[in-house]
Amino acid sequence: MAMTKIYTVSQVTFFLKNLIEKEPELQSLWISGEISNFTLHSSGHMYFTLKDQSSRLRCVMFRGENKWLKFQPHDGLEVIVFGRIAIYPKNGEYQLYVELMEAAGLGSLYLAFEQLKNRLAEEGLFDPAKKRPLPKLPRKIGVITSPTGAAVQDIIRILHRRHPRVDILLIPAQVQGETAPESLIEAINLAGRLTKLDLLIIGRGGGSAEELWAFNNEGVARAMAACPIPTISAVGHESDFTIADLVADLRAPTPSGAAELAVPEVKEIRKKINMMMDNLKSSCLRLIERKQAQIFRLKTHPALTQPERLLLSRRQQVDEAKEELIRLINRLFEEKRKTLLVEMGKLDALSPLSTLARGYSICWKDKDGAFLRDAREINPGEKVTVVLNHGQLLCTVEETREEVIA
Amino acid sequence: MKKTFEEALLRLEEIIRKLDNGELNLEESLKLFEEGIALARHCNAKLDEAQGKVEILLGIEDGITKTQEFKIEEE
Repeated sequence: MAMTKIYTVSQVTFFLKNLIEKEPELQSLWISGEISNFTLHSSGHMYFTLKDQSSRLRCVMFRGENKWLKFQPHDGLEVIVFGRIAIYPKNGEYQLYVELMEAAGLGSLYLAFEQLKNRLAEEGLFDPAKKRPLPKLPRKIGVITSPTGAAVQDIIRILHRRHPRVDILLIPAQVQGETAPESLIEAINLAGRLTKLDLLIIGRGGGSAEELWAFNNEGVARAMAACPIPTISAVGHESDFTIADLVADLRAPTPSGAAELAVPEVKEIRKKINMMMDNLKSSCLRLIERKQAQIFRLKTHPALTQPERLLLSRRQQVDEAKEELIRLINRLFEEKRKTLLVEMGKLDALSPLSTLARGYSICWKDKDGAFLRDAREINPGEKVTVVLNHGQLLCTVEETREEVIA
Repeated sequence: MKKTFEEALLRLEEIIRKLDNGELNLEESLKLFEEGIALARHCNAKLDEAQGKVEILLGIEDGITKTQEFKIEEE
């Protein structure tokens, strides 16, 4: 009777290990599933479980493999992995040693794009506040692109059509392929070291997503963010969105579009400058008109046009004073006149004429005109004149008598 | 005047704003007006400068930028 063989645990484990490792089907297989229990160990190795509706498979992806991953695996992610099944003798469990991992669905490239975008967004690389304003009239523009493509021709032609005097420096770079990111980064860093570049256009013409991939490179994005010169991205067509577009200070839909955004049309600026000159002149004219109006107002002010008006009230005062004076003087005259009349009345009483009125008369000798007061002073026959109150008598003395008539 | 086109244009815009406000006295205004006209002429002159160069960068050696003329195909 054959002896029943008793295995040790290790023996069984190695037995199974050999079985599995000799089965070529299990040594290179593609498996699809959803990631769960994902952990990234401090050693850099990734441990997770792939699951579907009814089963689970333990997986490990070592650092040496996972460093090539374009995206970051996480729980819930549908992936397609390539690897081999083996048993880990220490715990006797079989697991999948993953060598390649691709995202299912939209694919790894898309996933990598989304993840990088989210990471850089969190870091603030796309922050609108960080966008630098482009110079209004750049003197020298750097263009980072392939020197052989159609894009460079378009860019230069349009730049010079719009603005003939701008200087253009082409900084050649590979824009597709494995080494493109490195080449682009170098070109961007070079451009940053150049003085006198006012603006940088970075881009290439249209192509497949893979051909544009260098513009989704993290290093390129960081070089652009660190570049001291304002940047315009110009990658592919209108519908292509790259990380470079998000980092750039301005995204142009195409290389030609970048050239149009980079410089203003000279005609337009001239128009603007001339408009400003007109503005300047008209505001200056307005100012002069305002000042002239002020001068006119002052010149036509009554103080200047009719200065005599200022004296009018004074003149009135003087006039009034004068009138008062005249009135006073007249009154004085009147009083004096009255006094005079009284005095004159008195005088009148003493006058010889008033004596005549009372019936007396005056008599003088015609011979010598002497007044006769005494009959003895005249002889009969002499002529005398007797003056009465009214009229005169021309008389001849007939006789003289010495007696006084009572 | 050592101003770049950009600075000149900004200053010109500022001058127009100031004059439009009309808060300056005549002397200040006329001074700004003169400056503005000079700036506008300066800007126009800048636009008249000769055709720009097109070069390709060959590299930077010892801090010296090496370039050479880059010709584009005729349309």
